[in-house]
Amino acid sequence: MSFALARKIGMTRIFDDDGNHVPVTVLEIGPCWVVQVKRKETDGYNAVQVGFGAAKEKALNTPKLGHLKKFGVEPLRHLKEFCTDEIDEYKSGDLLEVERFKAGQEVSVAGYSKGRGFAGVFKRHGFHGPNATHGSHEAKRHGGSIGAHTDPGRVWKGHRMPGHYGVDRVTVKNLSIVKVEPEQNLMMIRGAVPGARNALVEIVVANH
Amino acid sequence: MQQLHRATADQLKTDIPEFKAGDTIKVHVRVIEGEKERIQVFQGTVIERSGAGINESFTVRKVSAGVGVERVFPLHSPRVAQIERIREGKVRRAKLYYLSKLSGKAARIKEKTTRQK
Repeated sequence: MSFALARKIGMTRIFDDDGNHVPVTVLEIGPCWVVQVKRKETDGYNAVQVGFGAAKEKALNTPKLGHLKKFGVEPLRHLKEFCTDEIDEYKSGDLLEVERFKAGQEVSVAGYSKGRGFAGVFKRHGFHGPNATHGSHEAKRHGGSIGAHTDPGRVWKGHRMPGHYGVDRVTVKNLSIVKVEPEQNLMMIRGAVPGARNALVEIVVANH
Repeated sequence: MQQLHRATADQLKTDIPEFKAGDTIKVHVRVIEGEKERIQVFQGTVIERSGAGINESFTVRKVSAGVGVERVFPLHSPRVAQIERIREGKVRRAKLYYLSKLSGKAARIKEKTTRQK
């Protein structure tokens, strides 16, 4: 199982051998370091803690710095754990090579979606809205009725309404790797991945 | 943005001749029909160049059998095998969208002549 943390650089396109246009997301996929290996005996579960994103020492707080120093790793901004039972293959301070990923592999990419703030029902739930003509007025982007009358006398739980939208953890599965460039620490994935530019994303090779 | 340009830099063509809006060019297009591949030539006036880096494209207009045809090509696509500049046009716009409304004599473009010293 291969996994890594990456920074989303943005989307562009490349051309394949047949001249077809392929939409790709470019990710900066390293360098990623193994910080801590968690074991069932000592920590209660098996996982590998991965660090990414070189940082200045003064940018990190003391507990995080102490944690990184304990495992002999340089200051890193982001830490994430990946659950795996193959923990014997990893040890603290290891560099996770970009070459572990190959073009053609399928991966899951998880990240936090772009924040939209307090959004209406059009944007948040894809409502179509009321008629724009045929005598309608004062209701352009409204959601319509939210329920019946005295029976039930309340609004059903989970009814779709305006509210905060975005900044949710989103995982997109079965995206394929188009290209890996180890010298530049870059990876290109076909299609879109969650999150804004420069956002942190987690990549896990799909188990098939 | 710069990182994106760098990531796609190896895809860019280096043998593209200089051409701009108003020029008459021949575009050699690779056409794949089943197994076979052949070259088709599209000749016309460049009416626009837009985009940058790998996203750069250009539009060529020609009048074929009395019908105006405009084709958009991605500049760096491998399907565009070759570009030849045949005639340099003298125009005062970067985008010649107005040509679509004109026909016949009005749609001509003057040739650019460089004065001999």
